[in-house]
Amino acid sequence: MRRILLIVACLWALDGATFGQSHENHQSEEAHAAEMHEAHGEHEVQTHHADEDLCAHADSHGESGDFDPAATAYHHISDANVYTIGPWAFPLPCILYSKEDGWSVFMSSKFGIGHHGNGYKAYKRYVLDEGVVKRIKDPNFPMGEVEIDGIVHEEVATPDGKKKVVAYVCYEGQAFETEHKSTADFGMFGGGITSFYDFSITKNVASMILVAILLGWMFVYIARKYEERDGQAPTGLQSFVEPIFVFIQDEVAKPFLGDKWERFLPFLQALFFFILGLNLFGQIPFLGGSNVTGNLAVTAALAIITFIVVNINGNAHYWKHIFAMPGVPKPLLFIMTPVEIIGMFIKPLTLMLRLFANITAGHMVIIIFISLIFIFGQSGENVGGALGAAVGSTLLTMFMMSIELLVAFIQAFVFTILTASYLGAATEEAHH
Amino acid sequence: MGGSIAAIGMSLAVIGAGIGIGNIGAKAMEAIARQPEAVGDIRANMILMAALVEGAALIAIILSYLTA
Repeated sequence: MRRILLIVACLWALDGATFGQSHENHQSEEAHAAEMHEAHGEHEVQTHHADEDLCAHADSHGESGDFDPAATAYHHISDANVYTIGPWAFPLPCILYSKEDGWSVFMSSKFGIGHHGNGYKAYKRYVLDEGVVKRIKDPNFPMGEVEIDGIVHEEVATPDGKKKVVAYVCYEGQAFETEHKSTADFGMFGGGITSFYDFSITKNVASMILVAILLGWMFVYIARKYEERDGQAPTGLQSFVEPIFVFIQDEVAKPFLGDKWERFLPFLQALFFFILGLNLFGQIPFLGGSNVTGNLAVTAALAIITFIVVNINGNAHYWKHIFAMPGVPKPLLFIMTPVEIIGMFIKPLTLMLRLFANITAGHMVIIIFISLIFIFGQSGENVGGALGAAVGSTLLTMFMMSIELLVAFIQAFVFTILTASYLGAATEEAHH
Repeated sequence: MGGSIAAIGMSLAVIGAGIGIGNIGAKAMEAIARQPEAVGDIRANMILMAALVEGAALIAIILSYLTA
């Protein structure tokens, strides 16, 4: 059981490593960032007249305006620097690094978390916008703790012709552009390397630690129970976990891994229970609504671990099938080998995307169903419509929640069974 | 309504995956009806196959999202 604990800890550590990776990519991306900055500089000059209008009604802007279900959904599935349980917002530690100002470590309560995770203070040029830390680009903005008038969002065109929503901080009647933290997505999902890095214990990281501790406690407790009650029937938590544990052992590890199942069982069990724990934790309503397994960085870390474990344990037979498939005519190898090599990387890629897409889609559907209340209520104008939609959407949400409960188990199982099958294929001995 | 062609691509991928997973489910049901004692093996393999089919659709969805 100690091995499982160790692996859960390793999983978590490697998750941290993916966040760290964004830092390593920094050097190569620097030139690109500089280009982007120039392009933005021109843009700022053009829109400068609009800035004053932007902030003219910063105070009244807040909650008015049309309800945007897509934006709401994206906000709720994304990570945050505050932990919201029901109406209460709990501050989390912020560990931020920017090249100009170095490291800054503080609690997110420094921002004065107001309504809906909006901070009313700026600290060291960082602000809290809907629970997410952003940094003010303008170096003229005062450092230290200052009160701001508000944060407004404006859609602007990026240099490559796409539209993107930028948050502006209003301070003394002027609008200051902010930027999002650096993400190692190479600009694919609208992220990229910006002027600061966020290594904070965010909502997702906090949930991950919590789930890891819970699982660790659970397994140690159960292991002790087995020692104490040797030869007796399992009780309590023991009888809840045992069937799941044995299911993974008998239906996943043994059929796919043959006689080597015992060696990989701790890895598979840790993977299964970690994913299942996070999936179920994300299902608990009002408890932060953390979407850990619906975060691409987390699933990527899990997939990278699988990739490493599979390829380290791959035997000569496995590598021979990739680089020189036996029994295939030589000219055909020019096609087969690249396809096999691509396939090697596609496997973890689909593992990553499958878990991410399934969990994110589930969370999004539930939020969209809840949004129906606001859409039919027309932002409070049509109370009857809102009431009618509330009944309908409650039923739909409960239906969706029960499906999501199923999906939580299925996706954890699928991730584990696919890992087992890749491991099985990599460690299989030659039989022809 | 930006990225409409990407949305069409996304829906085509989903149609393909839907047909694929539908076939897997139908055949699995048939197999369970024929051999109810093998339900455990059939279910595990059904989920595995559905996951593999889904993987192809997910790659298509992500690619269409990126090009949108």
